[in-house]
Amino acid sequence: MTQPIDHAALLPLYAAAAAALLVLIADLVTGRRGPVIGTAAVGATVTAVAAAVSASRPATFCVGTACSWVPAPRAATVAVLFAGLTLGVLALSVPALRAGTAPAGEVCFLLVSSMTGGVVIGYAGDLITLIVGLETLTLPLYVLVGLRRFAPRERPTTAGASAAVTFLLVSVISTAIALLGAALLYASTGALHLALLHQATGPLAPLGTVGMSLVVIGFAFKVAAVPLHAWAPPTYDGAPLPIAAYLSTASKLGGVLALVAVVPRVDTGPLLAVLAVLTMTVGNLVALRQTRMVRLLAWSSVAQAGYILAPLVAGGSGVVAAIAYAGFFVVLELLAFGVVVALRPPGADGGEIVAYRGAARRSPWLGAAFVLALAGLAGLPPGLAGLFAKVTIVDSLIDTGWGWLAGVVAVNAVIALAYYIRVAAVPYAGPVGLAVADLRPPKLPVTWPVAAALVAAAGVAVVLGFAPQLLFNALS
Amino acid sequence: MNGVLLVSVLAVPAVGALVVALFPAHRDRTARQVAAAIAAVTFVLTVLLGVSRNATWFSYGAGVPSIRPWAELNVAWVPALTIDFHLGVDGLSYPLIVLTGLLTLLCCLYTVRTVPDGGPGRVLAALLLVLEVGIVGTFLALDLVLFFIFFEVVLLPMYAVIAGWGGLERRRAARKFVLYTLFGSVLLLLGVLTVVVAAGTGDMMALAGGLGLSTRTQYAAFALFAVAFAVKAPLWPLHTWLPDAHTEAPTVGSVILAGVLLKMGTYGLIRVGVGVAPLGAAWAAPVIGVLAVAAIVVGSLVCLRLTELKRLIAYSSVSHMGFVLLGIATLTVTGVQAALIGNVAHGVITGLLFFLAGAIKDRAHTGHLAALGGLRETAPRLAGLLGFAAIASLGLPGLAGFWGEAFAVLASVRRGGDLWIALAVIAALGGALTAAYFLRLLRRVTHGPAGPAVRDLPQPRVSGVEWAAWAPLVGLALAIGLAPALVLAATADPIAALTEVVR
Repeated sequence: MTQPIDHAALLPLYAAAAAALLVLIADLVTGRRGPVIGTAAVGATVTAVAAAVSASRPATFCVGTACSWVPAPRAATVAVLFAGLTLGVLALSVPALRAGTAPAGEVCFLLVSSMTGGVVIGYAGDLITLIVGLETLTLPLYVLVGLRRFAPRERPTTAGASAAVTFLLVSVISTAIALLGAALLYASTGALHLALLHQATGPLAPLGTVGMSLVVIGFAFKVAAVPLHAWAPPTYDGAPLPIAAYLSTASKLGGVLALVAVVPRVDTGPLLAVLAVLTMTVGNLVALRQTRMVRLLAWSSVAQAGYILAPLVAGGSGVVAAIAYAGFFVVLELLAFGVVVALRPPGADGGEIVAYRGAARRSPWLGAAFVLALAGLAGLPPGLAGLFAKVTIVDSLIDTGWGWLAGVVAVNAVIALAYYIRVAAVPYAGPVGLAVADLRPPKLPVTWPVAAALVAAAGVAVVLGFAPQLLFNALS
Repeated sequence: MNGVLLVSVLAVPAVGALVVALFPAHRDRTARQVAAAIAAVTFVLTVLLGVSRNATWFSYGAGVPSIRPWAELNVAWVPALTIDFHLGVDGLSYPLIVLTGLLTLLCCLYTVRTVPDGGPGRVLAALLLVLEVGIVGTFLALDLVLFFIFFEVVLLPMYAVIAGWGGLERRRAARKFVLYTLFGSVLLLLGVLTVVVAAGTGDMMALAGGLGLSTRTQYAAFALFAVAFAVKAPLWPLHTWLPDAHTEAPTVGSVILAGVLLKMGTYGLIRVGVGVAPLGAAWAAPVIGVLAVAAIVVGSLVCLRLTELKRLIAYSSVSHMGFVLLGIATLTVTGVQAALIGNVAHGVITGLLFFLAGAIKDRAHTGHLAALGGLRETAPRLAGLLGFAAIASLGLPGLAGFWGEAFAVLASVRRGGDLWIALAVIAALGGALTAAYFLRLLRRVTHGPAGPAVRDLPQPRVSGVEWAAWAPLVGLALAIGLAPALVLAATADPIAALTEVVR
């Protein structure tokens, strides 16, 4: 039996996969940095355009009424987000690629491959496609986390390699758990398509519940929800800065989308409520004590995952709130990481927080962007995007009768501000004492791709702050 | 036309702040002058809001919503979250808006001449303008979520003002301020969204009188609102951020903080708390009354023991805001009017007191009362102004401070019942304590032999810019004292409609 396939609906996937291949070929043929990066950037842009134009195509790969590839405005928006994040991370990688701390061909190919996986997640209509998409998103990252070349005189460190191994082990286990869950679900209900997924009944009901819980737990690993979060801080801190940015934005977004795909079908409210409360509270409390920049951002991103999980306790009615929050969050997070990249020498890690003293006085624009990003992550003006994100979550929780969880979110917002404001104020602190003055790096020139990524991210954050309805419209 | 005016009151300082912040470092002084000019334009615009008032609008009667703005603007903003960009001005908010415009103008003028240590003056001026946007926006908002958004706008700029330009302990004080007030505002968020979800709308005009809200929702919402605004106002025992913030803040920060920022709490309690959840207000009124009186007494007693000038004025704010909250708690027309005039009077007088305290501290490099003795000998004008402000603050009839305190007590007596009469008596005794500590302050500072810090006071004269910044406040303290109708002219009807629901 042959199945009719709507190739126009698959356009974003074709574009992303072709881009990855072309990057590989460009590297083989030219062997030069410029064409490779250019191909990757054009490929990501074309993917975004393809997603935008194919948003209203009918679903394809159908068996009866259930389909495996489901284009929708939400899927298209998410694909555009993935492409945008990939472009941003690509731009942030340029200084490191120029300095030669990582091979351009490999980095670009792996990044675009990862983007391909992300695009698939949004469109996935069954559990297999979903998990394959998620793995395609994650697999290239194992390599990217550990991919670091050292100059002949430089002392090599093993931080990157150990981060990559940690990430690999945890990720493989989480995938195994999710797959086991999917298998149990299939055994108990006979359904793989998300549209047909339902609570198992009869003697197999307990099996279905276990399967569902395992799927949720497997995906919760990916978003680094407490108590499944331990891999995130060392992995972020050991990875090159742009890759850490990608992990905490695109990779997290992928996990959120996977959860969003399964949560509305079955009742996992209590499990998710426990995960959400633990994640935001532990993330924020541990972040209070961090002294390294990337560790702090890592813990704060753990806490943010808690806010994203919170509205999902209500099942389907919290989905838009969760994705909207994730949308606001990834833009602000990319901006925060972008500023860190711009303030550090090429190829360097995030360093200690005290090393940023006085940075905003030397580079006022970067300081302003940092304040915009961190204030937004704390849910406060001047960038209204973060404020709307907070309002969206609390509104959704109160609307669905989870008032107490809204209270927990509110208290956590106060705890979070304590460290966000500490970090945001450090670049404005004057030099006191010699020890700190020694730590200060010289003012570095910001390369134009990094500057462009920062301007774009800040621009999107400001526009979303004044017109958040744009995001809500794009999601429904 | 009205809509353009409403938007420009917010847009002019917002765009102005951006322009001022973008000035290059070597044009700092020009930037500060531009900031002052923008603040002046904004002040004129706030005053113009009153001109659009049209007497025919005032046809209050049965079944009429309690908010009837003179000027109104309503545009859908974020339908997904039921947020409208709904602004309006009426008799309740107008005096506070004008006060905000005036104090921001005076602070910007003051900043042209005097920039405290810490950062570039143009950034400070820009932050003052951003603060103005947030404060005026809060007073203008007629949509609950919009109200909350503006309420949050002021948090970080005020933090930056204290942490950037404050005294030695500025970081700790600023962090305490921002965490306390964020705690208040997340409770406000919970309350606002509880109401919005239950009613399906955030329009304060539609919600006025608690229309369509169950008793239980009103109780829950008012409890959240009350704590949220009590942190901001501040109400004892949630006031502990205030003395630290004031002691460390630069002069202009203290003036804005005491002058108008605290009023967001009391205004919110009237407009949002009583306006949207009247049943909850009636239910919680005795508790607020008792705490308000406790604030009056505790604030006064603490003031009797304090030896630092700015800290003393800060604690006196706790006591004065106690009178304002007592007025609101009575839920009577007289009481709420007393609260309103108390708000404005406190803004004017405490603004002046902080300006003077800042000027004295800048000159003598100390705020200790013991070291400031004999100021009258070396700086008679400064000492005279301080005396005037202190006497106005302790509530001498004929000056602005009198009306709010006297009528809050009167409203409490009229409310009747053992509790309210007892509260009135204690509040009146607290008023007497206020007189005691201000007279103590005057005796310490202006009389007695001059100490070393005062004897060699550099620049004992009051400069031209200082006169320009202070004279309007001195004039207003007198004018409101002699003619309280200046503030209360248009308030009786909206307040009557507001409190009518509670009876």
